[in-house]
Amino acid sequence: MGKNSVGIVKTQYFECCESPQELKLKGGQRLGPITVAYETYGNLNNQKSNAILIFHALSGDAHAAGWHEEAKNPGWWDGMIGPGKAFDTNKYFVICANVLGSCKGSTGPASINPKTGKPYGLSFPVVTIEDMVEVQKLLIDHLGIKKLLSTAGGSMGGLLALKWSVLYPETTASVITIATNHRHTAQQIALHEVCRQAIMSDPDWQGGDYYGKSIPARGLALSRMIGHITYMSEKSMDDKFGRKLIGKEKVGYDFTQDFEVENYLKYRGDSFVQRFDANSYLYLTKTLDYFDLAEEGALVSTFRNVTANFLVISFSSDWLYPSYQSTELVRALKANDIDVSNIEINTNYGHDSFLVEIEGQSKLISHFLTRLEKKHL
Amino acid sequence: MSHSDRLDYQIILDFIEPNSRVLDLGCGDGELLALLIEQKKCHGTGIEIDEKAIYRCMAKGLTVSHGDINSGLADYSNKRFDYVILNESLQQILNLQKVILEALRVGKKVIVGVPNFCHWRGRLQVLFNGQVPVTKKLPFEWYNTPNVRFFSIKDFQNFCLMNKIKVLDHKALADDNLVSFFPNLFAHIGIFLLSKD
Repeated sequence: MGKNSVGIVKTQYFECCESPQELKLKGGQRLGPITVAYETYGNLNNQKSNAILIFHALSGDAHAAGWHEEAKNPGWWDGMIGPGKAFDTNKYFVICANVLGSCKGSTGPASINPKTGKPYGLSFPVVTIEDMVEVQKLLIDHLGIKKLLSTAGGSMGGLLALKWSVLYPETTASVITIATNHRHTAQQIALHEVCRQAIMSDPDWQGGDYYGKSIPARGLALSRMIGHITYMSEKSMDDKFGRKLIGKEKVGYDFTQDFEVENYLKYRGDSFVQRFDANSYLYLTKTLDYFDLAEEGALVSTFRNVTANFLVISFSSDWLYPSYQSTELVRALKANDIDVSNIEINTNYGHDSFLVEIEGQSKLISHFLTRLEKKHL
Repeated sequence: MSHSDRLDYQIILDFIEPNSRVLDLGCGDGELLALLIEQKKCHGTGIEIDEKAIYRCMAKGLTVSHGDINSGLADYSNKRFDYVILNESLQQILNLQKVILEALRVGKKVIVGVPNFCHWRGRLQVLFNGQVPVTKKLPFEWYNTPNVRFFSIKDFQNFCLMNKIKVLDHKALADDNLVSFFPNLFAHIGIFLLSKD
């Protein structure tokens, strides 16, 4: 743990949407009570004007920075959040909450339904990005914050940041989106559907009712293997593995593992099973696929009430959320006279760049926030 | 208050009214934009193709868009800016006519810096050496140059005439001096303030 770490942190829990004030979901159902797992780093100033809300990606959680007691690894964006880092906790109060529908502390399909005393499983309603935003808005209200200095997120987190900017334009001074887009495209939906089918065709999935029994480990691992391919680029995979063999001199001419890349994917898949719930993976991929910021009309008019300043970052080798999708976003923002800076960072790391390519992002984000800080703090 | 030694920047600063909305196409490191914001209280935005330059613009607290000039203009509505600047990039634009007309669509006024390929030194090289000129101001060999358009101050004036573009003001300079005597022979750069109805 270096001196620029936020140190030991603990996840906190916020309870909301108790009966009769259940959350009215976009799909029409009502859901409550809801638990929101969240972490905060740095200190909220007296004016409550220095808060930044970070949104995590599909399999992420509230633990964005610092270390949990006795953990082997820090939070998922520790390189970006801490004293002197891009999201400088000496200056800003950084919040990250686990999304609704996940399995990392917030209410999701693996949570106990208080009405039945059993896990929700497939009786959990399908939630949307909008629903996720509504829940996090309740958290921000609870913390007494009227206006955020910034909202930021990569991948799925970017979708939340975009939706927030449209739903509550007056509540954030800026938006940082990384490797994201304004609607899920056919290819993104198709890849997710393959992931879902991998889980649902595992006999252990049992219609989602597997809690307390054997879990659909093979399906979920396979699903994650597919996911991992989409997070890397052809180049980064070849750089990392090439045609290197695993523990053998020559290929076996059988169906045991030959190549390092096979072993890597298997490892990634298996370790994911230890930390993520299969049903949550099903639900969250659906949430993403339903996302279309422009569902009620043209993208340009979607942003008509937005006043926040934007920073839009994309990566040259990202084929899951390709740069041109960020460019579409930028064009719509410009057409609305919105202050927007954008960059395509040249990197080989594919979609994963938003977690890996820390140096470039740090510079851009800290400069961007410094400008805002002069205006708003 | 920071001060620029560059005469071309000074001329451009003099052309621009305070509190204007400015788009700098090919803004590079953002030096001019930063001066406009600081000295003229302008609202500025830049477009730049070079990724490294984007970082330097952001470090100056500027709003900047990573992209090429040709595609960058279409995003903006008519007369969205008071000024659109094309200072050091003109000779590198393939479809120059389209870009200038587009700039005149999104900007009420357009400022262009015109590199003069018909400076007397260049003319001498053509005349006596029989070679395409390579000068201090235009240092590139013909086989390795970012420049795709070669023209003079006079050519540009004709271009404006042909395209019904009004020249509201223009200055010519050589090194750090203004040139008023035969600018097409003695100036390295012409700076034009343009408009079109």
